[in-house]
Amino acid sequence: MIKVLFFARVRDQVGCAELDIELPAGVSDVAGFTATVKAMGAAFEQALSEPNVLIAVNQEMANSQMTVEDGDEIAYFPPVTGG
Amino acid sequence: METHVHGSVDTLINIRVEPQGFDVGAEYNLLRERSENSGAIVLFTGLVRDFNADGAIDGIILEHYPAMTQKTLQTIVQRALSKWQLDAVTIIHRVGKLLNHDQIVLVGVSARHREAAFDGASFIMDFLKTEAPFWKKEVTPQGDAQWVDAKVSDQRARERW
Repeated sequence: MIKVLFFARVRDQVGCAELDIELPAGVSDVAGFTATVKAMGAAFEQALSEPNVLIAVNQEMANSQMTVEDGDEIAYFPPVTGG
Repeated sequence: METHVHGSVDTLINIRVEPQGFDVGAEYNLLRERSENSGAIVLFTGLVRDFNADGAIDGIILEHYPAMTQKTLQTIVQRALSKWQLDAVTIIHRVGKLLNHDQIVLVGVSARHREAAFDGASFIMDFLKTEAPFWKKEVTPQGDAQWVDAKVSDQRARERW
């Protein structure tokens, strides 16, 4: 199971903050997992297709080639604006 | 949430993410007590502006990703320590609803010499602005709240390091 988190504008767009999603057989990287999440509906497809959406795997910034394993925590969020 | 950890050169690091306000004088005194060998202390505070490009605002709401925030701020401080010899570092970032003119963030750095203290504090702020997972929502005078977009100027400020 993958714990998926959405923050800020991305959370508003998909309509939820957290989901548990089974890692599909054959999916082993961020790009593949993101495609799985996008397939969950139009809101997910739209929110995660925005060019500036950032992805963190286990609280570290990730790119689309990074490995995803069962038990990971994956977060999607817009560019940060703190301080 | 508070962590006190020793950095690579016995730097005292104090990172707090919390809703309540902070007392700059008290934080300065704490930093000074922890910096017996320092010749310089730089403190930066970020404040909530009462306007944006569209006009007046009525405060902000700050959200964050708690588990990642701690990790990211620690990593930023470690990166600063690999560039400058700093004696103590304090980072305080508030979350939740803040009013116009409230303090949002404090970065305090002590070092033997002023250049390291200025540069260290500036570096930490530039990376905090672009890597630490905090998001701001501005509250309009009508009571609506809009997410703030990231600024290209913040990204450029980081790239100078």
